[in-house]
Amino acid sequence: MNDEKELHWLVRPSTIRKLWIGSGVVLTLMVLAQTVIYVKGYFGFDAWFGFGAIYGFVSCLVMVLVAKLLGLILKRPQNYYDEPQQDGSSDSNQDKVKESSNGV
Amino acid sequence: MEFELFSPAFILLIASVLICLVKGHARTAVILVAPIITLWAIWQIPDGVQGTIKFLSYNIEPVEGSPIRRLFATVFAIMVFVGGLYSFRIAKWYELAAAFAYAAGAIGVCFAGDLITMFLYWELMAIFSTIVVWCGGTPGARAAGIRYAIMHLLGGVVLKVGIEGVVVGTGSIQIQPMLATDFSTWMILIGILINAAAPPVSAWLADAYPEASPTGSVFLSAFTTKTAVLALILLFPGESVLIGIGLFMVMYGIIFALLENDVRRILAYSVVNQVGFMVVAVGIGTEMALNGATAHAFAHIIYKALLFMSAGVVIYRTGKNKCMELGGLFRTMPLTCICGIIGALAISSFPLTSGFTTKSMISQAAVDMNLVWVYMALTAASAGVFLHAGIKFPWFVFFQKDSGLRPKDAPWNMGLAMVIFASLCILLGVFPELLYGLLPYPVDYVPYTIGKVLFYLQLLLFSGLAFFVLLPLMKRTMTISLDTDWLWRRALVSVLKVFDRGLISIGGVLGMQRDRLQNLLHRMVVRYLGQPHTADSKERGVFARSWPVGTTALWIAGLLSAYVLLYYL
Repeated sequence: MNDEKELHWLVRPSTIRKLWIGSGVVLTLMVLAQTVIYVKGYFGFDAWFGFGAIYGFVSCLVMVLVAKLLGLILKRPQNYYDEPQQDGSSDSNQDKVKESSNGV
Repeated sequence: MEFELFSPAFILLIASVLICLVKGHARTAVILVAPIITLWAIWQIPDGVQGTIKFLSYNIEPVEGSPIRRLFATVFAIMVFVGGLYSFRIAKWYELAAAFAYAAGAIGVCFAGDLITMFLYWELMAIFSTIVVWCGGTPGARAAGIRYAIMHLLGGVVLKVGIEGVVVGTGSIQIQPMLATDFSTWMILIGILINAAAPPVSAWLADAYPEASPTGSVFLSAFTTKTAVLALILLFPGESVLIGIGLFMVMYGIIFALLENDVRRILAYSVVNQVGFMVVAVGIGTEMALNGATAHAFAHIIYKALLFMSAGVVIYRTGKNKCMELGGLFRTMPLTCICGIIGALAISSFPLTSGFTTKSMISQAAVDMNLVWVYMALTAASAGVFLHAGIKFPWFVFFQKDSGLRPKDAPWNMGLAMVIFASLCILLGVFPELLYGLLPYPVDYVPYTIGKVLFYLQLLLFSGLAFFVLLPLMKRTMTISLDTDWLWRRALVSVLKVFDRGLISIGGVLGMQRDRLQNLLHRMVVRYLGQPHTADSKERGVFARSWPVGTTALWIAGLLSAYVLLYYL
C-alpha cells in the first residue's frame, strides 16, 4: 500500500486497472455506435458492422507477427556493423566467425 | 526585371553565409529573420515563368511560380524558421549554416523552372545535407555521412543521365509531366526515387538521419524526401508504377519501425512509410490524389519535425536514444510528452489532427479510382502507423516503465518550437480549409463525416488495443535490423575482401614464378657469359671464353661448306 502511494498517480496499479476498464468501455461504445451511426462503405464489405475495428485489429496482428518473423532473420546485435573497424590485425579471424554465424 | 530572376533560395543562401560571419545575437537574428523574409519572397512570386537566362544553348528558367511550388516552399520556409528556433541555442554554427543552405536547395528546387536548375539545387541539397549528417560529430555519423553522400551523389548522377537523355531526345529542358517509358525517363524517375527513399535503397534514410545531432535530424526529416515528392508530382503524375513502389514503402516503414529500438530510427522508418503514402498518391495521379499528396506532404513535414523535435529534446536531456534505456519520462517532461503525443496522433491521422484531414484525401482518391486493394492496403497501413509511430514512440519513450531518469523538460526555445508545430497540427486538423484553399486543384472533399470519423476511430482504437495486447511480442531488444544496406556494408565488403585475398594469393604465386624465372635466367647468363668480373678464363661462361684459333678455323670451314652446299641445292 505504501508503495502504491509513492508511485506517480498515473502508474499506480489501481489507475492502470481503471484505464483498462475505461478503454474497454470506449472500445465497446465505438463498435456499438455503428448501430446508430451509418458508416458509408465504398466497396460494400467495408460497411459491415464493426469492420473498422476488426480490420484494424487483425491488420495490426498480422503486421506484428510478420515483423516478429522477419526479426528472427534480420535482427543483429547493435554493434554488428561496428566490429570489423575496431581492430585491423585480427580482422580476418573475426570476419570468419561472423560470416559463418550470419550468412543470410 | 532582374529581381524577378532572384529565387527566394538566395535569401537563405545569403543567410547561411551570414551565420558563418556573425556571432551572438546577430546570428540569432539572422537565423530567425531570414526564413520570414524568405516566406515573404515566396508569396511575391506570381504564377508562371519569371524570365529566362540564355546559358549555352538552353533557356534557363530560374524561377517559376505555381500554387503547388509555393505551397511546398512555404512549408519549407516555416520549417526553417521553427527548426532554427528549436536549434539556435544548442546547434553548432556550421550545422545551422549547412541546414540553411540545405533548405535553400530545397526551396530552389520548388521554384526551378527547368531540369538544369532543378539539378543544381538538387546537388546543393545533397552536399549540405551530408554536412548536416556529419555534424552529428560521432565516428558513426562520419561513416553514415559518407554512405549518405555516396548514395545521393550516385542518385544525382542517375538523375543527370536521365536529364541529358531527355534533353537530347526532346530538345527541351522544361519541367513537364512525363511517363517512365524509355531509358532516360526511367533514369530521371530512379534518380528522384532514390531521394524519396524508395526501395531497394530505403535504408539510407534510417541509416543517416538518426546519426545526425538531435537538431540536425529535425532539418533532415523535412527536405530531401519531400522535395522528391514535389519532383514526382511535377514530373510523373499518374505513373502507375509508383503505386506499387509507394505501397511497398508504406509496409516496409511499418515493419522495420516495429523491429527498431533506436527512437529516432523508428521515426526515420516512419518517414519512409509516410512518403510511401504520397508516392502512392502521385501514382494514382488524379486531381484529388495530387491534392492529397501535396496536403499530406505539408502536414507531414510539420508533424514529423515535431516528432523529431520531441525525440531530440529527450536525447539532448538524457543522452540516451534507445527505447530500452528510456521510459517514464512523462513525469518530468510533460511538455515534450504532450507535444510528442500530438505529433504521434497527427501522424496516425487521428480525427482533429492534420494527418486526418490530409491523408484521408489519398484514401479518397483511391476510392474514386475504384482501387479496392490500394484502399484496403492504405487503410491497413493507417492502422499500422498508429501501431508503430502513434503509440510505440510515445509509449516506449514517455511511459512504458520507470527508467529512473528525471531529466528537465525542454529549454524554452525548443519548447516554443514544439508548441508552434503542435498547434499547427491541431489547427490544420480543425480548420482544414486553411490548407485546402492553397492546394493546386479545387478541393471538393469533406473530411469530417460522422461515418468516416467513426470508421477511423474504430480502426485506430482497435489498433491501439492490438498494441497493448501484443505488447509481450514487442519487447525491445538491443538490436538493429538488417536492411538492403547490408548488401553494401557487409556483402560488398566481404566480396571485396575475398577479391583482395584472391589478388594477394595470385600475387604470391606470380611473385614465386617471377623469382624462379629470374633465377633460371641468372643461371643461364652465368653459364654462357660467366660471372661478372672474372678474369680467369675457366670461370668465364661459354661465350665469354677465349677459344683456340683451330676451333674457329674449323667452324669457318664448316660454315663455308654448308654455304656451298646450300648454293648448289
